[in-house]
Amino acid sequence: MPEQRSSGIVLQRVFLYAVLLSLALLFLLPVYVMVCNSLKPLDEIRSGNLMALPIEWTIEPWLTAWSTAQIGVQPTGLKPYFYNSFLLVVPAVVISTLIGALNGYILTQFRFRGANALFAAMLFSVFIPFQIVLIPMAKTLGVLGMAGTVKGLIFVNSVYGIGFTTLFFRNYYAAFPQELVRSARIDGADFFGVLFRILLPSSGPIIVVTVIWQFTNIWNEFLFGASFSDFSSFPITVALNNLVNSSTGVKEYNVHFAGAFIAAVPTLIVYLVSGKYFVRGLMAGSVKG
Amino acid sequence: MASLDLINVEKSFGPNKILHDISINLVHGEFLVLVGPSGCGKSTLMNIIAGLEEPSGGQLKLDGRDITPLAPADRNISMVFQSYALYPNMTVAKNIEFPLAMRKVEKSKRAERVKSVATLLQIEHLLDRKPRQLSGGQRQRVAIGRALAREPQLYLFDEPLSNLDAQLRLDMRTEIKKLHQRLGATIVYVTHDQIEAMTLATRIAVMKGGVLQQLGSPYEVYNKPANTFVAGFMGSPRMNLVKARLAKASDGLALEIKKGERPLVRIPVPSPSSALSAHAGGEVIAGIRAEAVRLAEGAAAGPMERPFDARVEVTEPTGADTLVVLDLGGNEFTVRLEPDVQLKPGQDARFLVDLSKLVCFDTATERLIA
Repeated sequence: MPEQRSSGIVLQRVFLYAVLLSLALLFLLPVYVMVCNSLKPLDEIRSGNLMALPIEWTIEPWLTAWSTAQIGVQPTGLKPYFYNSFLLVVPAVVISTLIGALNGYILTQFRFRGANALFAAMLFSVFIPFQIVLIPMAKTLGVLGMAGTVKGLIFVNSVYGIGFTTLFFRNYYAAFPQELVRSARIDGADFFGVLFRILLPSSGPIIVVTVIWQFTNIWNEFLFGASFSDFSSFPITVALNNLVNSSTGVKEYNVHFAGAFIAAVPTLIVYLVSGKYFVRGLMAGSVKG
Repeated sequence: MASLDLINVEKSFGPNKILHDISINLVHGEFLVLVGPSGCGKSTLMNIIAGLEEPSGGQLKLDGRDITPLAPADRNISMVFQSYALYPNMTVAKNIEFPLAMRKVEKSKRAERVKSVATLLQIEHLLDRKPRQLSGGQRQRVAIGRALAREPQLYLFDEPLSNLDAQLRLDMRTEIKKLHQRLGATIVYVTHDQIEAMTLATRIAVMKGGVLQQLGSPYEVYNKPANTFVAGFMGSPRMNLVKARLAKASDGLALEIKKGERPLVRIPVPSPSSALSAHAGGEVIAGIRAEAVRLAEGAAAGPMERPFDARVEVTEPTGADTLVVLDLGGNEFTVRLEPDVQLKPGQDARFLVDLSKLVCFDTATERLIA
């Protein structure tokens, strides 16, 4: 009996790994195509097979994409826009995460009248399509004098992220031991004392989740970037689009591939570094609700 | 240290009344235990004292100062929680220091307090650890240490021992009692464990359904319970409560106990109080503690002892003594006898009951007839 059972398990495992492996290969295929073709001269792509490894290896397309490719009318490469995206993403992530933590704290620790209705309304904002807010937001940015600036994009992305970050922190803090907060209040911690000394230091997992979530979303965000920025403040996504569209004459596929990969690198790094915390954090928030 | 006065404290959530008109006055150095079954309002009352919940009515005074409108931090009260509520991101030393740091106490003074508290509770070797590296008993000590650090006017303990295992619970109980004796602090302590209440308290407040049933010393609560609820709740095994007819007898009164098929048991009551005599001819609930009864065999009856006959149903040796469940005129009746008592189930035997320990309750109101 035990032998039969164990051989059954082995068979199951083999099958499982075969499925997982083939799926992983399937998902990795586009990455392979991108990397492989970005390292070929243009001639090889046009004459040859997309799947073949380069015959003549070159990093020229990467250098071009980074610093000399034509973006719109300027031959600047992606470099300045990559920098723009960082200027945009870092503050927007910090602001929306902090506000989310503050909202979560208030919604869970102060059970005021209408707290649930307010939370429901904030949750609803998660489901509002971007397109609907474009015109009112353009108007708002105009009034605030932030139209066409990185600051304006920080504002838009922060506001749009608050729904998600509030949801994350609210659910995490709903499972947070009430007694800790009560104890801190008796010990003399004030409103922000409780948040900064008790709640936030114990929020590692959910902060990681929120940061990854916000970072990826804002980094990859295109519509707001295309709508609310000008030539000096384009984020990387818009610049990539312009790179692909503004080639004169020949389509430099190898440069496009390299550019696309450059645009994806930061989110890849964030996932590789903290992916396991992401899963762990999602679990921590959801086990007790 | 200070006195604490609860004056007509009430609490309701919408139409639900959680606390009914609670008034308790504690003098400096008292150890008050709030005890009752779960849902009796004892934790709500403690939260109101701490300032974590607002009363719907009434007033709280600490050392004569009205603290009703004050925030928890401004009341000069420390609290030890059931879950210990140690801050997981801080070391033991930082935990103990926290209430001082929040009050902007000078750094050198803080370190000094942490050290003296740690010495008092014998946790010096744990100061650099995080709470998750501690055992339950150690966490408990740290939680108490944090409460001590500030030297507040009042300590609150919310079921602090219920997360510990049985042996540790006994040890910590003794520790808390020692600490109270050493500090002379005013303490309010919540528990659902009546033995903890008996052993720790200088006064016990028994609560049920948001109503204060009795406020008294452990002796009073145990020996003169205000009503049948208190009688049944305090003490293990619980007090025997038996319906009896109070008949007139030649030398005063007698309890006549009969239920169902069993023969009537008649126990004379020597020198009854006038309040009890007023119930003569009617029914009462007789309350008799298990230890007020002993085996009659070969023993001379004391001046307040009277004999009765009963059938043995079950014997339960506990080591220190043997609990015997009797059939007394059709009622189940538990007595506490010598550990080596030789009684067989089904056997009839004669017992002596000490009637100086008898308490009687009104059948209608269930209140003590005194």
